[in-house]
Amino acid sequence: MSVLQMETESAAVNERPSAVNYLNCSHGFWSWAATRDHKRIAIMYLISVLGAFLLGGIFAILIRMELWTPQRTIMDHDTYNHTFTLHGAVMTFLFIIPSIPAALGNFVLPVMLGAKDVAFPKMNLASYYLWVGGALFLLAAIVLGGLDTGWTFYTPYSTTTNSSVITASIGVFILGFSSIFTGLNFIVTMHTMRPVWMTWFRMPLFLWSLYATSIIQVLATPVLGITLTLLVAERALGIGIFDPKLGGDPVLFQHFFWFYSHPAVYIMILPAMGIISEIISVFSRKPIFGYRFVAYSSIAIALLGFLVWGHHMFTSGQSRISAIVFSALTFSVSIPSGIKVFNWLATMYRGSIILTTPMCYALSFIFLFTIGGLTGLFLGALATDIHLHDTYFVVAHFHYVMMGGTLVSFIAGLFYWWPKMTGRMYSEFWGRLGCFGVFAAFNLTFFPQFILGARGMPRRYYNYPPEFQLYHQISTVGAFLLGASLFVAAFTLIHSLFRGRKAPANPWGAASLEWQTSSPPPLHNFESDPCAGDPYDLDSQIYDPDLSGYRFRVESEQLHSTHDSAI
Amino acid sequence: MDPKTMMAVSETEGGSFWFPTAGTQIAKEVDGLFYFILALSTFFFVLIVGLMLVFVVLYRRRPGYARKFAPDHNSTLEVVWSVIPGILLALIFFQGFTGFLDMRTPPAETYEIKVVAKKWSWAFQYPNGYIEGELHVPVDRAVKLTMTSDDVIHSLYIPSFRIKMDLVPGRYSSMWFQANQVGDFPLLCAEYCGTKHSDMLSRVIVHPSGEFERWLEQASNLMSTLPPAEAGKLLYNRRGCAQCHSMDATARTGPSFSGTFGTSQPLADGTTVLIDENYIRESILEPMAKVRAGYRPVMPSYKGQLKDLEIDAIIEFIKSLK
Repeated sequence: MSVLQMETESAAVNERPSAVNYLNCSHGFWSWAATRDHKRIAIMYLISVLGAFLLGGIFAILIRMELWTPQRTIMDHDTYNHTFTLHGAVMTFLFIIPSIPAALGNFVLPVMLGAKDVAFPKMNLASYYLWVGGALFLLAAIVLGGLDTGWTFYTPYSTTTNSSVITASIGVFILGFSSIFTGLNFIVTMHTMRPVWMTWFRMPLFLWSLYATSIIQVLATPVLGITLTLLVAERALGIGIFDPKLGGDPVLFQHFFWFYSHPAVYIMILPAMGIISEIISVFSRKPIFGYRFVAYSSIAIALLGFLVWGHHMFTSGQSRISAIVFSALTFSVSIPSGIKVFNWLATMYRGSIILTTPMCYALSFIFLFTIGGLTGLFLGALATDIHLHDTYFVVAHFHYVMMGGTLVSFIAGLFYWWPKMTGRMYSEFWGRLGCFGVFAAFNLTFFPQFILGARGMPRRYYNYPPEFQLYHQISTVGAFLLGASLFVAAFTLIHSLFRGRKAPANPWGAASLEWQTSSPPPLHNFESDPCAGDPYDLDSQIYDPDLSGYRFRVESEQLHSTHDSAI
Repeated sequence: MDPKTMMAVSETEGGSFWFPTAGTQIAKEVDGLFYFILALSTFFFVLIVGLMLVFVVLYRRRPGYARKFAPDHNSTLEVVWSVIPGILLALIFFQGFTGFLDMRTPPAETYEIKVVAKKWSWAFQYPNGYIEGELHVPVDRAVKLTMTSDDVIHSLYIPSFRIKMDLVPGRYSSMWFQANQVGDFPLLCAEYCGTKHSDMLSRVIVHPSGEFERWLEQASNLMSTLPPAEAGKLLYNRRGCAQCHSMDATARTGPSFSGTFGTSQPLADGTTVLIDENYIRESILEPMAKVRAGYRPVMPSYKGQLKDLEIDAIIEFIKSLK
């Protein structure tokens, strides 16, 4: 507690009269609900997706509680099936897909470009309300009979079950449009609103990754919309598309579904990689190593990501030749991902590494994403995938990528840009403690699931053989610890809002444009045009104890002043 | 889960840390590839995380430490760390691909068994027409399964043989294996199929050479030699009835078989029906025709899968549970 107290006392010392910023420039419900300011929309998105994350997390805890014993623990078969379906649907569609682009990206992208807002501010607000609409439909589906199809909606189960498939499909359809709006807006913004001096190769890598993400959102999401429309048409009108009883083909659905949902995996992970590129560079005090390779690898992943959907269907009865082609293409995606990891390491080489909370999360990301990526090799190889497909090995793999990767990176980004968004510094002690907890508990939860899967434990099983109980119990204990650690992280941030030290404009010494404006930024982001510069020229910044933050270095000043930030 | 399948499942406790017992040659090949990828992955994981930790220690910011010059790109290095993993990936791909072809290419001579899956039971039909809920096979002989589903997609998974294949309604899929170990191995459904997906379990029983034919002959004749009610009980356990219908008056997914024969019961549409021979026969062949009140219409039809003699045996069995 002493650390918190110390920081609280120092907060009083640093208190300066606060200027007008985007948070206090107008008041009242409509100043938020009808805002076109990308920063306020980002905050609304942030609160909403975190609400969805909490809901998805509650479902996760319920699943883990039920799996404490091999038979019934707290719920029956059907309730369990509903719970894992909703966990997947809420986490995927309401949380992970919009988390980084719509919440963090929305806030940061225009400021990083030195722009006042995104290209289409009204469309941005519309995207948020589409998200709310989609979320309401999904919640309605939970109330009106639930959903028990798995988040994948596989036919003909989804066309014959008596749960609220149509309501949920409409919800996901609407959420798809929300995602398309965000993507379209970002693409146009990056093309048209960069300052003249900022060429494509002087953009921060987070923007490259958002650009790659947006391409996927715009090109792949319509396919999901069409697929779900066909599903609803079959269920409601009896038009035979997927159900063999009506002359349809159930495997066709899987092709359509994964044609969106595999690229969607890259919608989730690409922006996460972008955040890590920023953080590793800033807290190693070194330019990112191999900027062009990292930038191109985002685009390569986005494009190759469209060509690998068939690797979800190696046991579905697709032809051998397509299985072989999809397996080969799958391996090709792992090369650009590997390039990024090696480049992050090379960035740290001979750096000056500062273990702030965002950096601790970024290092956790490298650890967890490396496991997630490498276990993908077992699933990309045909012979081993046949055994591991639809087992807990797959569950562990995608949680390492989606949660160990995207979620951890999202939290890293949240801690990184938190001072900019809120104007407050948080306690580094509690921030790091939360990070350590998340990291350790995450491994405790999901590593045993690799062993479960390889030993033949299928996913989506309510009952399971008693020999697996120990692994399940370790995993359940891990899940509770993970939940507790996430609360520590949340309280660290919430506490900072009330007691945190005021944030300087540039607490980390980063060189991208968002750190040139005040924290929090004014309504139009910049009081005067930001200075042109290389986003990774970290030597241009120097710590100034008077500001308790960084400012531009004057030519005459030494590179390494006698030390440095308060961190 | 009934005690029998539980026992079969517990036999997987052999095997290694990562795998259940390997019951086929192909399973050993799959394990070999798995360990190869595991070794490569471990190497790269230790390399990446090791370097990361070393860098954090060596280059952490501290008083008196000044960062030294390091280049911000090096094309040769970057090409090297793209190409070397690329070659290793090609190697993994190639091994996965050849193993897959072995797995999917049955030899010319196979023993063929037909499989029909439905919510939530398996039916294995042997060449002489005999059907059972467990998969019996001879050891050291290639067996080919020709499979389809009656309702939704299921997936036949035998962990000890490292094989899995989806059963899709409206089409046939196939898989093959050659067990080289006598014993019982669990057989599971791996594609989510609704309420009792996790109870859709059976087992593979690998018979010693010469004994399989004897077993098949005995089992096929059992129906005609047993009294009908006992034959009915056997079918009840083997053909999936037990999954949803209890023998002790508790209601499960379907109504209990106990104490219902001869009574009148309300239907979902508000009318009542007398539970007699005709009603039972109709419910087996066309389960949606008259659904009992309080139960969901989920029973699959057994039309063409139970012979008249077998339906009679089940009726006798239900009668005996008064």
